[in-house]
Amino acid sequence: MHLVKAYTKNPVGAHYGLGDWLLQRLTAVVMVLFTVGFVVCLAWHKPGTYAEWKALFSGTFVRVTTALFFVALLYHAWIGMRDILMDYIKPTGLRLTLQSAVVVALLLYLIWIAQILWSR
Amino acid sequence: MDTAHSTRPAPNRRPKYYDLNPANLPPPGIISIFHRVSGLVLFFPILPALIYVLGASLESEAGYREWRAFFAEPAVKFVMLGVTWAYAHHFFAGIRYLLLDVHVGIGKEPARASALVVLVLGVVATLIAGWCTW
Repeated sequence: MHLVKAYTKNPVGAHYGLGDWLLQRLTAVVMVLFTVGFVVCLAWHKPGTYAEWKALFSGTFVRVTTALFFVALLYHAWIGMRDILMDYIKPTGLRLTLQSAVVVALLLYLIWIAQILWSR
Repeated sequence: MDTAHSTRPAPNRRPKYYDLNPANLPPPGIISIFHRVSGLVLFFPILPALIYVLGASLESEAGYREWRAFFAEPAVKFVMLGVTWAYAHHFFAGIRYLLLDVHVGIGKEPARASALVVLVLGVVATLIAGWCTW
């Protein structure tokens, strides 16, 4: 009987763990590639005036890769912040409130970044 | 050892001592907590500040000049060294974790050595950034 009871428990949780773990790594790789590329790009072009700075972010390639970087960053930040909140904030209500605040902030940042990159 | 007899060994009553002082963590522990703290600081306040400055500097020539002058202040440059270190440390410690995930350098000794390399690389990258901007 106790064996049957043991199997009624779900031993692996809500099933989002592995996917999030993997995505945290994938987004990290995207950010590493962008960071290296962007630093090389800055060192190469040395934008020193407003016109050059603006020109740097007016190309489609830079816009798309920058947007991709920020999407990766926002998802990465969500998993990281969720981990930190799960570790230190024990009361469920407070934790869910803070997690919701993080999600809302990150979604607003996404809109903000899209507006910065494509409003000109 | 005579294990045939079922006499249980006397419970070990010696006190266990865990050194919980963060300053005495081994290098992998130090870079781990730095990874977490730098990640938190990068999320807030660095991320919104970065997006704000990116937007303001691209918005208008006046905004660009204003923020350029702001980042030329020595005090701001010192703060930016801290920001650079947070990013660089998170970057290198993260690459180390990616390598550990694929079982590169997973032994105790290589893990300690790579942790020290991460600490040094974070500082070196910060110094290079400081050198380029001062």
